[in-house]
Amino acid sequence: MTRGEGKRLRAGLGFTSLWIVGLAVFTAYPVVASLYYSFCDYSILKSPVWCGLENYAQLAQDGLFWKSLRNTLFYAGLSVPLGTVVALGLAVLLNCEVRGKSAYRLLFFMPSIVPIVASSMLWLWIFNGQYGLMNGFLNLFLRPLGLSGPAWLADPAWSKPALVIMSLWSTGNAVVIYLAGLQNVPMELYEAAEIDGASAWQRFRHITLPTIAPVVTFNAIMALIGAMQLFAQAYIMSEGANGNGTASDGNPARSTLFYTIYLFSTAFQDLRMGYASAMAYILFLVTAALTWLAARLTRGGGPA
Amino acid sequence: MTLLLLLCSAAFVAPFVWLVSTSLKPIEQTLSLPISFVPRAYFAELGGRRMEVTLDFQVAQPGAVVRLLSGEDTGRLGFMGAAQLASGKGTYTVVHPVAAGSWHVSERLDRAAGDMGPQPIWDVLPRDRIESQVRFRWENYPRALAALGGDAEADRHRVGFWTFLGNSLTVAVLGVFGTVFSNAIVAYGFARLRWRGRDAFFALTLATMMVPFPVLMVPLYGVFRSLGLIGTLMPLWLPTWFGSAFNIFLMRQFFMTIPEELSEAARIDGCSEWRIFWRIIVPLSTPVLVVAALFHFIFAWNDFLGPLLFLTRKSTYTLAIALQSYESQNGGVQWHYLMAASAVTILPVIILFLFAQRTFIRGIATTGTKG
Repeated sequence: MTRGEGKRLRAGLGFTSLWIVGLAVFTAYPVVASLYYSFCDYSILKSPVWCGLENYAQLAQDGLFWKSLRNTLFYAGLSVPLGTVVALGLAVLLNCEVRGKSAYRLLFFMPSIVPIVASSMLWLWIFNGQYGLMNGFLNLFLRPLGLSGPAWLADPAWSKPALVIMSLWSTGNAVVIYLAGLQNVPMELYEAAEIDGASAWQRFRHITLPTIAPVVTFNAIMALIGAMQLFAQAYIMSEGANGNGTASDGNPARSTLFYTIYLFSTAFQDLRMGYASAMAYILFLVTAALTWLAARLTRGGGPA
Repeated sequence: MTLLLLLCSAAFVAPFVWLVSTSLKPIEQTLSLPISFVPRAYFAELGGRRMEVTLDFQVAQPGAVVRLLSGEDTGRLGFMGAAQLASGKGTYTVVHPVAAGSWHVSERLDRAAGDMGPQPIWDVLPRDRIESQVRFRWENYPRALAALGGDAEADRHRVGFWTFLGNSLTVAVLGVFGTVFSNAIVAYGFARLRWRGRDAFFALTLATMMVPFPVLMVPLYGVFRSLGLIGTLMPLWLPTWFGSAFNIFLMRQFFMTIPEELSEAARIDGCSEWRIFWRIIVPLSTPVLVVAALFHFIFAWNDFLGPLLFLTRKSTYTLAIALQSYESQNGGVQWHYLMAASAVTILPVIILFLFAQRTFIRGIATTGTKG
């Protein structure tokens, strides 16, 4: 190493020194410790005792673990495709020549910055089976048919769809990103297609979609990763709507016991931190696989 | 097309309108059907006095308001339907007859304001004798904020809304400074300096972005516990002073677009790297620094899981966690207060957003497409 190189290395390490400490203390150590704990019997009160693969073996037998995984996949399976379609649809609408475009964009975006606690309170009230806005609106159409809206968050069959509807409201982030993507599609392509007599749908299908496919794929996978970690809404609203028990029970009938909620209650209520760490690592592996997939698909120009 | 957009907008706005409208209603109007967006006040003449009343229920059948002549309720007023009137002849005198579809109304006592009074007086009146006005109950707001702190009598070490607001601001502001300060310095090291191992280290930095927070949760709790910081605000802002992968990435991308010649010229003039960073790069990078600051403020203000994990005493609660704890203690009945407190929690981010919307939307659009 020459003197100049050594000097440059010192400068580089100097400027990044804060991050070296931060990375070590707040990310690297926790990642390694978590892995170690996942092979241990550990509560925060006593030091960890090695138990090999026992946590993982127990997880495979744990009905609640599978339940939480199924709930989470159900939620993700509904909210991600619907969210993508809604966000893309709104972005396409906004990309047309409409008056007051920036006002609409503002409006669609706003819900996504509302504090999650506040929006949970709001939707808890909207989904109130008796006096809530949702049923007040639905019953306008259902009453004449002799039906009425469900109890939403208090009904095991409807609690997850309710959370999905709520997630659609805060999809504005994606609208803004898709709109930016749409504006990058060269106008000449549309003009050429129009001259060739392509319909609006054909133009969307063969020009718009292929061009923004990488953005959509990337965002959808990021949304999937986010959905896998769903926590605050479910934690707050399941307690708010069902009262009895603690927030992390996933009421009603454990229908909102999501993966991260189960993990949280295992770690911080039952103090089974080794077991929770094993759950966290499984989530980590799934997330890593999805991220890898996102990177690959995006680099490859999206699915053909 | 425009119609479709308008419909979608209505769906996005309706929850906000519902939030504000509920926050301005008296409690009985939040729990009445059919639902309405308009907060009202009703007035009627009861016992010869005009007063504010509550609509209690509508009587389906005709009947009469009567004065009872027998039993332990002798002398009291009561309402009887037609069938009761016929079967109970002689036990009452009719005060006035009531047509079907009339409303049972009572004097509105403002109990939340300490208006305990005697039993409220009531009557059954046809709709056209009840006057209805639109009225916004702004007094719900100070009451909701007072209620956030809990019961004044029961709790000697009472903390309230201003404490929670102060905590939220502390966490957000210290976090914003930490984020801008630390990440700008670190990003400079990655963007403008050439050194061995830089690219590998940067790749590692990016890789940390995919670590889900639940993986870090348990050991982080342990770290802060051994530092004695559980139950303080420190765990919520201290880490921001040591960089974060996303912001390093964001700022690095921006710093790399600044022409290298500027730095070279300064180096020839004998400027140190620190001086180049501080005098040239930082002043040229305001846009990205503002985006990072805004994003962090919103994140910190909205954060729920962090405060839930690390805050144990009420005096350290942030607004978000105080709101949730209020809701879980009151079982979600006082919807008008809950909505008012939620509106207050939302307001700062909305104001911030409206002031900086361009920066914001540009920030989202670029991080999303380049991410």
